[in-house]
Amino acid sequence: MITTIDMERFNSALAPSAVMLENMNAKISVRDFDFSYGSAKVLHGIVLDIPDRQVTALIGPSGCGKSTFIRSINRMNDIIPNARAKGTISIDGRDIYSADTDVVSLRRRVGMVFQKSNPFPKSIYDNIAYGPRIGGMRNKRELNELVEKSLIRAALWDEVKDRLHESAFALSGGQQQRLCIARALAVDPEVLLMDEPASALDPIATTKIEELIWDLKVNYTIVIVTHNMQQAARVSDRTAFFMLGRLIEYADTKTIFMNPKEKMTEDYVTGRFG
Amino acid sequence: MRRSADDRLFRISTGIFAAMVLALVAGIGFELWRQSSLSIAKFGFRFWTGRVWNPVSGEFGALPFIWGTLYSSLLALFLSTPIALGIAIYISELSPRLLRQPLSYLTELLAAIPSVVYGLWGVFVLTPIVRKLEMAVPEALRRTPFFSGPPLGVGMGMAAIILSIMVVPFTSSVAREILKNVPIAQREAAYALGATRWEAIKVAIGYGKTGIIGAVMLGLGRALGETMAVTMVIGNNPQVSTSLFAPQYTMAAVIANEFTEAADDLYLHALIEIGLLLFIITIFVNIISRFFLWSTKKRLVRA
Amino acid sequence: MSNARIRKIISAIAESLCGLAVLIALVPLVLILFYVVKHGFTSLNWAFFTQMPKPVGEVGGGMANAIVGTLILIAIAALFAVPFGCLCGIHLSEYPASKFSSIVRFAADVLNGVPSIVVGIFAYGLVVLPVRRFSAMAGGFALGVLMIPVVVRTTEELLRLVPPGLREGALALGATRSRAVFSVIVPAALPGILTGILVATARVAGETAPLLFTSFNNRYWTTNIAQPMASLTVQVYTYANSPYEDWIRQAWAGAFLLVIIILVLSIIARVSVRRLERMNRP
Repeated sequence: MITTIDMERFNSALAPSAVMLENMNAKISVRDFDFSYGSAKVLHGIVLDIPDRQVTALIGPSGCGKSTFIRSINRMNDIIPNARAKGTISIDGRDIYSADTDVVSLRRRVGMVFQKSNPFPKSIYDNIAYGPRIGGMRNKRELNELVEKSLIRAALWDEVKDRLHESAFALSGGQQQRLCIARALAVDPEVLLMDEPASALDPIATTKIEELIWDLKVNYTIVIVTHNMQQAARVSDRTAFFMLGRLIEYADTKTIFMNPKEKMTEDYVTGRFG
Repeated sequence: MRRSADDRLFRISTGIFAAMVLALVAGIGFELWRQSSLSIAKFGFRFWTGRVWNPVSGEFGALPFIWGTLYSSLLALFLSTPIALGIAIYISELSPRLLRQPLSYLTELLAAIPSVVYGLWGVFVLTPIVRKLEMAVPEALRRTPFFSGPPLGVGMGMAAIILSIMVVPFTSSVAREILKNVPIAQREAAYALGATRWEAIKVAIGYGKTGIIGAVMLGLGRALGETMAVTMVIGNNPQVSTSLFAPQYTMAAVIANEFTEAADDLYLHALIEIGLLLFIITIFVNIISRFFLWSTKKRLVRA
Repeated sequence: MSNARIRKIISAIAESLCGLAVLIALVPLVLILFYVVKHGFTSLNWAFFTQMPKPVGEVGGGMANAIVGTLILIAIAALFAVPFGCLCGIHLSEYPASKFSSIVRFAADVLNGVPSIVVGIFAYGLVVLPVRRFSAMAGGFALGVLMIPVVVRTTEELLRLVPPGLREGALALGATRSRAVFSVIVPAALPGILTGILVATARVAGETAPLLFTSFNNRYWTTNIAQPMASLTVQVYTYANSPYEDWIRQAWAGAFLLVIIILVLSIIARVSVRRLERMNRP
């Protein structure tokens, strides 16, 4: 943990031009976003544009607010009592924090995969079919097709195609996580949020997940939180560096890791702290 | 050296007291068996299928009591389970934080009220109300076997109502524990897929399904053994009837009422044999419910 | 109407039904307390506490013998259940993993579920039959058996909560196991154990069925535990079943007293549980 912070440089790091995208389409636009749990403010004035169909990584030391931020994009923080958001997060131009937003529909457009895989105590099939079913899909054939498609997209189909009706808990950790990805894909989202998706997995399983992310970005906008910088470097197109609830630097991944503008960014990516 | 001898002494002496608990359970079973021997010898299996309970002629058939106990308990389960689950869900998932303690305390209060007070209130306050309700039942329903007979107020219906009130706090507090221990990750997974609050609750219930069944069975066990409140409102008539209006009799109630009246040994043994059956049934239900609760606890702890 | 809208409406309806369930459950609670207070409080008078029941048909009198009887029965029950239950609980907490302990724990749970009237039959066979006489001892014994599972479980749980460092410290100072347990661990858990005993007492104070043919009933004053003895619960039951208005009035008074006693006991227990939780928080 760094002991001295140059507050002036800290505050000036939020130069707006650095974070807005000029010629790429911003799928998600964040403007002046604050977030507090009760009286504790954890995100300060975040301004960020996330491009469509690319992988954006959020990095930073623990407690920097990156998880809180990613959970704000699908309003998962709404479940927490005393949580308050200020500012706007727009997806395709519409602010998801406006009063007339339908959170249920939002969460179908923006899917999420969690750090620890959390399959339901049901069969592999029923896990994936859960989302479509509550959305009203009843037709057996449609469900079968959707389950197969999702499992193929999540690179899990070959491993489970013969045991779709077995319990999800019978799968290994890495398989369960891919199952959760398939489950998220089954509701046909546009954005996929991944909160440290591989941190609980062994290196081989991690590699599989990273390859999957690379394949998925063709069709989905992906935002991934990771504390593993090598992973961020491998997998993402753009990287955002958070610290103490503020966005310090945001640029394409190569720049962040090879040639960061801010000293704090450089300190972090070279491992001097965090 | 002295230490280990003392340890052994400690272990054995406390162990003796622990063994006494085992001895009590075994002793109860044994004592019931021994004290019902006359009746077992005389009637054998006929005891359970006989409908006639005639102390004067020495003819003892326990079917009406078995029927009364099972019917009243199942009815009570039918009434109490949705309410108990609703309460458990409300307190653990929906209520504002500040209300949680007071609400859970109030439901526990229901469990603390003595059975005889329930009976007193049931007889003098609730029965007149239920009688009015029974009289208001439309003619069409009166012709069905469930509502046949004169509306007396006391009867199977009253017993089921009182029993269900008494069972609710038990089922709901265990169900609440189960729901509290469902990992939040399960609900998060549901929400992230676009579930509504109720759908996320259903996921939690599905996760704790076995435990909730255990909670319901615990309530069943409670209902089966309930004595005082039931005997004060059920009418104490040993007949087998599906009608909610009909006064009937339960195993626990007949023991309570007739034990001190039993003039001869056969009569007493017949009553005790009913007690033996009650003992066996409640142990059985209890074991099954503990099994359900134990296997849920294992899974929840592993998660 | 879109699918999402329908589901949200269903969700709202389901949630309100759950709230309704709470209200439905609270209605009988309120009604019972209301009527018990209404009929019972007004019937409480000095005579109720100091006089004996009057002969059949006569108005007046009280339940002095029943009140004292209940206290005596609870005392006998506690005298029996507390040492047994605590020592059993101590064994289970000191040797939690042994096969024997699991069986005992299971037996305690089974005992907890045995209907109280069955326990009454057991006490009848053991204590009444051999001397052919109803007695307070038999009633106290039955209540004690009902108390044991609660005492065992709370004692074991509370002893397990005591930080292991305490035991290690005592043993390291050369204390024998029994010394360590009785002089260090049990005192540390004592408030909780007492609370457990209170909870168990509250449970049996309201029992009627097992007393019907053990301690039976007694119209007269006695403190002789080898004699049948009146109790508040049995007296309430007897009077409630009678056709005499004055007796029914007294039954309500008795019910009121019972509810007060149990309420007080359970409030004390709850308050001390909260205090304990707060104390144990690091």
